[in-house]
Amino acid sequence: MAVVLIFAEVQSDGQLKKAALHALTAGKALASTLGAALHAAVLAPDARAVAEEVKTYGVAKVHAMSAAGFAHNLAEACAPALAQLAQNIGANFIGGAATAAGRDILPRMAARLQAAMVSDVMAFEAEAGSTGSTGSTGSIVWTRPMWAGSVLAKVCLDTPIQVFSVRATEFAPAEKQNAATGVIEVFEAQLPQAFPSKVLSFIELKTIRPELTEAKVVVSSGRGAKGDFSQIEALADCLGGAVGASRAACDAGWVPNDLQVGQTGKVVAPQLYIAVGISGAIQHLAGMKGSKIIVAINKDAQAPIFQVADYGLVADMHKALPELLQAIEALK
Amino acid sequence: MKILVTIKRVEDPESKIRITPEGTGILQEGLKFKVNPFDEIAVEEALRLVAKHSGEVVAVSIGGKEVQEQLRHALAMGASRAIWINHTEALDQMSMALLLSKVVEAEKPQLVLMGKQAIDDDQSQVGQYLAEYAQMPQATFASKKDSLDSEAEKNKQPGIVLSPEGSSVVVTREVDGGLLQVQCTLPAVVTVDLRLNQPRYASLPGIMKAKTKPIQELTCAALGVSASNHLKIQKLLKPTERKAGVILPDVASLIDKLRNEAKVL
Repeated sequence: MAVVLIFAEVQSDGQLKKAALHALTAGKALASTLGAALHAAVLAPDARAVAEEVKTYGVAKVHAMSAAGFAHNLAEACAPALAQLAQNIGANFIGGAATAAGRDILPRMAARLQAAMVSDVMAFEAEAGSTGSTGSTGSIVWTRPMWAGSVLAKVCLDTPIQVFSVRATEFAPAEKQNAATGVIEVFEAQLPQAFPSKVLSFIELKTIRPELTEAKVVVSSGRGAKGDFSQIEALADCLGGAVGASRAACDAGWVPNDLQVGQTGKVVAPQLYIAVGISGAIQHLAGMKGSKIIVAINKDAQAPIFQVADYGLVADMHKALPELLQAIEALK
Repeated sequence: MKILVTIKRVEDPESKIRITPEGTGILQEGLKFKVNPFDEIAVEEALRLVAKHSGEVVAVSIGGKEVQEQLRHALAMGASRAIWINHTEALDQMSMALLLSKVVEAEKPQLVLMGKQAIDDDQSQVGQYLAEYAQMPQATFASKKDSLDSEAEKNKQPGIVLSPEGSSVVVTREVDGGLLQVQCTLPAVVTVDLRLNQPRYASLPGIMKAKTKPIQELTCAALGVSASNHLKIQKLLKPTERKAGVILPDVASLIDKLRNEAKVL
């Protein structure tokens, strides 16, 4: 039986990364298209607890891989370990979420397996004419963005093993199954004693707000904020949302880099996206145009952001924001 | 210290990308080409490192003869020499990395610097494949703690820090939820993110000098690789466009729409 293996990422704090649940959904859909079994791999200094959790999401088998080297998802440790597991279980398709760790580890693992890879997969289908009953590779057509999302490409890989990363916002999170039928197997990878790279420190950007890629509401700003995000933060907090930013605002150091929404930053798809003082460069639009409702507030009526916004307000953000905040507070 | 920097010729990020009617490619008419912006950041970082520690910067590109234009740009910025792998067919990221690994084998650089992704394919894979093929450690998405407005940036200080004896490199990686500082033994592959530096403009003397700097031509055959493409594009599609909605007169009408029409408040 063909096997689809999903890298179920563990965060630095030891928790399962939410994006991994979206990758599991993609993996489940792919396994059903191929008539394959869905396996997951959990790599962490101690993988047992997360493996127990992953088991409940409808996977046939969870491979618990524990080694000190897996801390912070070090690619030099994780890539060879995943490759060994993939060979051991005969995985035909190996994927994960297109997170920083996924992007870092999966191509390196693919190199070990002589497998080609597609990144940021948004959808896939069985190629017309292929039966899809076995793990015959080349039978999947992947849809992925190119040129900052200006173009969608339908592509095929022709290597015996195929590797993919998925854009989390395009797949719903996996749900817990009532009957946890998955089994856990411990897999001990052969790893070297020492690695040529080591982690010196992790500067965590702590926030009380929900994570950008998981928030239901995102309030973003850019150049228009002129260095002051306090009103943006206030509106986000009032709506229980996350704060996002354009590349310009991150470049200027007004907000941390990991708040950047865009093709080269985070791709978000909340229920409500409020873009305040953001012109809407194509790069930024690629990161947010999957949002359900988009609101744009900008004093330039010609700003491209209005082309994608459901509701636009041509106004100076410094006047409109306090008014908006007050009106929303009044609804509570 | 020898630093190898990879250069990809890509469409100008400001250009409008339009698909051919058959969806087999993009319309070339009116397109301008540039060095992939992330690769330009890699060239800048390499030049700063060499200015501090001495050595040479070698630029390498894969493509038809037109990529010489982008290699000349890297030379004009200050790279010493360039290598052009003459290959006109499409290549997937794995095959690109395999070709580059042969250049690494021959050139033996202490550091390979490259953009974290090319803005045409947006795959973000070649550096990681290359690191594995070349059996080197990797530090992807190199960034800087300070902003691009900082003093260090004004003084053109490199964000990637080499150990005094040149045996290792410390890189600040942009990862989910923060910045991860890693130390890699050299030789290593480092891929760079947006906020590592602000690349310089090529000066006029630089452009003049670049005309006489050597570009060495190589082929896949010379590198002993039969380059095959493992990723076939079946069709290019235009994403479904969002329609522009309504412009509202004031905050009160916005609140009303969000509450009663969109039902998100």
